[in-house]
Amino acid sequence: MNDMRILERDVDTNDVKIAAKGVQVYYGDNHAIKDVDVEIDDKTVTAFIGPSGCGKSTFLRCINRMNDTIDVCRVVGDIQIDGEDIYDPKVDPVQLRAKVGMVFQKPNPFPKSIYDNVAYGPRIHGLAKNKAELDELVEKSLRRGAIWDEVKDRLDAPGTGLSGGQQQRLCIARAVATEPEVLLMDEPCSALDPIATAQVEELIDELRQSYSVVIVTHSMQQAARVSQKTAFFHLGNLVEYGETGQIFTNPVDPRTESYITGRIG
Amino acid sequence: MTDAAMTPDSAHPSKSLTHADERTKKRNAAERRFHAYGIGAICTGMFFLIALLAAILSSGLPAFRQAVVEVPFTLTQEQYDEAEKALLKTGKYTEYFVTSLTDAMESEGVEIEFDKKAIERLLGKVGGDLRAYYRENEDQLGTPVSFELAAASRVDRYLKGTFKREDLQSGNRFFMPEDFNLIDAMREAGLIKQVFNWNFLTGVDTGVDNPGGAGIGASVLGSFFMMLVVLVLSLPIGVAASIYLEEFAPKNRFTDFIEVNISNLAAVPSIVFGILGLAVFIQFAHLPQSAPLVGGLVLTLMTLPTIIISTRASLKAVPPSIRDAALGVGASKMQAVFHHVLPLAAPGILTGTIIGLAQALGETAPLLLIGMVGFVARYPDTFVEGFIEPNSAVPAQIYNWAARSDAVFTEKAWGGIIVLLLFLITMNTIAVILRRRFERRW
Repeated sequence: MNDMRILERDVDTNDVKIAAKGVQVYYGDNHAIKDVDVEIDDKTVTAFIGPSGCGKSTFLRCINRMNDTIDVCRVVGDIQIDGEDIYDPKVDPVQLRAKVGMVFQKPNPFPKSIYDNVAYGPRIHGLAKNKAELDELVEKSLRRGAIWDEVKDRLDAPGTGLSGGQQQRLCIARAVATEPEVLLMDEPCSALDPIATAQVEELIDELRQSYSVVIVTHSMQQAARVSQKTAFFHLGNLVEYGETGQIFTNPVDPRTESYITGRIG
Repeated sequence: MTDAAMTPDSAHPSKSLTHADERTKKRNAAERRFHAYGIGAICTGMFFLIALLAAILSSGLPAFRQAVVEVPFTLTQEQYDEAEKALLKTGKYTEYFVTSLTDAMESEGVEIEFDKKAIERLLGKVGGDLRAYYRENEDQLGTPVSFELAAASRVDRYLKGTFKREDLQSGNRFFMPEDFNLIDAMREAGLIKQVFNWNFLTGVDTGVDNPGGAGIGASVLGSFFMMLVVLVLSLPIGVAASIYLEEFAPKNRFTDFIEVNISNLAAVPSIVFGILGLAVFIQFAHLPQSAPLVGGLVLTLMTLPTIIISTRASLKAVPPSIRDAALGVGASKMQAVFHHVLPLAAPGILTGTIIGLAQALGETAPLLLIGMVGFVARYPDTFVEGFIEPNSAVPAQIYNWAARSDAVFTEKAWGGIIVLLLFLITMNTIAVILRRRFERRW
């Protein structure tokens, strides 16, 4: 049903934001990602699709080095953001994560007020000089997260008291508050109902104006709706990567075709 | 699925739902049996608890009551001058007291003959008390003053019913058979009464000659200084160790080894820690014997595993999504732990700490080994001395009293148990309140 829309959507050619070459990820003895090469464009929504356990989330977490927190995880290969190798020993993962924001599968607001949730990132990075600036930044982020109108009267209320969809948008607002350049989203809508999903998808489309968005999703319809580029992962391999319209209408690899038509996965 | 499968098969006639079949009956019976076992177990537990509390309260509460003799007394200037000139000054005062006691009883219609020896047997050195009072307050001469004099422990026990006429052995210099008549007479005249024994809470330990005057105050202070040492040492060390082990330490053989050993330490009998403390702190480091400082150090060793285990459990209970969230916005590992994980784990850490402290407060065995069971008859003079001067602790004092032969000390031991239990109940209540108040949902 969305096929027509996909074909109509024009894809701008943008600069490459993230370039990965020969990335291998091991969890102990388990070879989770096998030799992935991918170039992700700036100001584009890139969707990672594939069956469970295919390594798409693992690869996403390589981009902001969240895998560092897992002891047994080992990353080999080269991932560059704006031409800088993020696995260079000189790179501080903390700085990297301020530049590459992340939204998780399950909404995970801090058990603090809505204001503090958004203000936390700017505070630790010293992005606001005073309270007024911080207030402004929080408002801007909440507006970007498309949740400002719903929470502007209760910024002191706990973030955990919001509904699931609101919590996820709050998490998106929190992620954009540190003014990242890349936004990683790991199945951001899997815990949400269709209406909240639609709101988040609309938001993702707006965020494309300023960020390079990478989204992992289990829903092929969602990938088709929100992304300009799609990468299909299978058993740790990047099987096919290309423009979303082309992947969904005219896949090159037979495995991609089987997956999007529902024969495997 | 075919239609045939949907219709009831004739081989399996449908059963009435209102009639339970054999299997269901059996299952229901098993469930009822289990309920009965559960209720039985709870009732047994409650019975033991009530029996324990009843025993403690019935034996311990008398320790909080003290018999006093209250007599209106007037001393004139002439009597004062005469007494101060006399050879046996306090004896003179005792004579005055005997007179006014006799008068007081006669005015209530009770007549009895007694001498000042009897008064000294029942009320101790009354004359000395009176003289000291009037030398301090000469302006009170000539005006009636009401004196409250603590009765001797045998009087106390006679009134409480634990010492009877037939218990008195002949030849006892400290108590004569006719003294019972005097006590009865004073009681009839309403001059003797039982009041709350503040001295038990504020006093210090006494020798065997004055069991009635023994108090638990000094050992409460000893316990307090020990708990201070335990808290100041075990909380930061325990929490730092747990945070490091739980959040930062690499998972390898070495940390596994440490982990196993911490669990083992929690199960080590406390007397072993006592021997360790004796060998290391006293014999090797030459810290003062019997001091709350050493007691606190030993109890810190004991409490650390408890605190580490409970802290790690509460750190583990913080969902990893919170850590991910913090790391995801660019917090460093330490910021994630201190800004987000630790506040969420704090109620659990506090509860564990208070329970660890309560455990340490009730510990006796290690204190025996480092000599905190000595006779302590005075309070420390300064705050620092409180740590290094020999002192006892509440459980050690209870043990000490229970081991003495005088029945009054046994009563004091039970009273000490009530004091100890009150502290423990208070601490556990605080732990529960803290947990309720700061518990957060996510």
